Amino acid sequence: MSLGPYASFIVTSYALVTAVVLLLIVWIVADYRRQQARLKEIEASGVTRRSGRSAADIR
Amino acid sequence: MKLTETLTDLANPTRFLALTARILPWLAAATAILLAIGLYQSAMAPDDYQQGATVKIMFIHVPNAWLSMFVWSVMSVAALGTLVWRHPLADVAAKAAAPIGAAFTFLALVTGSLWGRPMWGTYWEWDARLTSVLILFLMYLGLMALWRAVEDPSRAARAAAVLTLVGAINIPIIKFSVDWWNTLHQPASVLRMGGSTLDKAFLWPLLVMAIAFSLLFITLHLAAMRNEILRRRVRSLQMMQASRVSFTGEASSGPKEIGAA
Repeated sequence: MSLGPYASFIVTSYALVTAVVLLLIVWIVADYRRQQARLKEIEASGVTRRSGRSAADIR
Repeated sequence: MKLTETLTDLANPTRFLALTARILPWLAAATAILLAIGLYQSAMAPDDYQQGATVKIMFIHVPNAWLSMFVWSVMSVAALGTLVWRHPLADVAAKAAAPIGAAFTFLALVTGSLWGRPMWGTYWEWDARLTSVLILFLMYLGLMALWRAVEDPSRAARAAAVLTLVGAINIPIIKFSVDWWNTLHQPASVLRMGGSTLDKAFLWPLLVMAIAFSLLFITLHLAAMRNEILRRRVRSLQMMQASRVSFTGEASSGPKEIGAA
C-alpha cells in the first residue's frame, strides 16, 4: 500500500483520530472508576441511599 | 405505546444503569469489529483519480463531520426532553454528549484541514461550511463551560437546554451551506437526491466507517451517561453527609447556647 506524496497528511490524520478516540475512552473509564471509588468511600463512612441499596451497585 | 413504556422504564436511573451494564460490552465489541473492518477496507481502497491516496482521509473525516452534527441533534432532542417532558435522564444525556460531540467536531475540522492542504492548497478557508463547523465547535465548548459554571445540575440543565435549542439553528446551516453559498467545500456526495455519486470502492468503506463511528458514539455516550448518574449519586450522598455533620454539630452546640443564655 503506497500512500503517495501526501503520506504525512494521511498518517497524521489517522494518528490524530486514534489518539483522540483513545483519550475519550481512557477519560470515560477513569471517570467511572473515580465515581465508583468516591461512592464506596462515602458509603464506608456510614452514609447510604434511602433505598438501602449500595449506590456503587449498578446491576 | 411500546416506545413510551420503554422511555418511562428508562426514566429510572437504576434500571438505566442495569441496562447499560448488560449492553455496553456487546456494543464495545461490535464497535471494535466494525472499526477493524472499516480500517481494513479503507487501507485496501484504490486511489482516487484526482485525490490519489489522500482520499483515505475522507474515510475518517466524513464520519466525524457527520457525527459532529448528529451529536448536537441528539442533544437538541434531549433539551426538549428536559424542557418539555422533564425526563429525568434527558439532561444527563445532554451533558454526557457534549464533550464527545466536541471531540468529533475537532477531529472533523483537523482532518478536513489536513485533507485541504494537499487538495486545495490551504489548511483553512473562511467559507460557509468550514466557518459554520468552527462555530459548532465553539458552541460545544461554550455548552461544556456552562455545565461547569453552574453547580446545581437541574439549574444548569435548563440553561444548557435553551442554549442547545438556539444552537440547533446552526445544523441546517452547516448541512445546506454548500448549496446556499458558493463554497470551496464540495457539495454532498453521499446523502443527496438522486443517490450517491461515489464509486462503490469508496462508498462501502465510508459507510462501514460511518456505522462504526456511530456505534462508537453510542457506546461512549451510554458509558458517559452512566458516569454522570454516579456523579449525581456522589453529590446527593455528599449533601446527606454534610447535613448530618451540620445536624450533629448543631445538636452538640445547642445545649451550650442554652446554657450560655
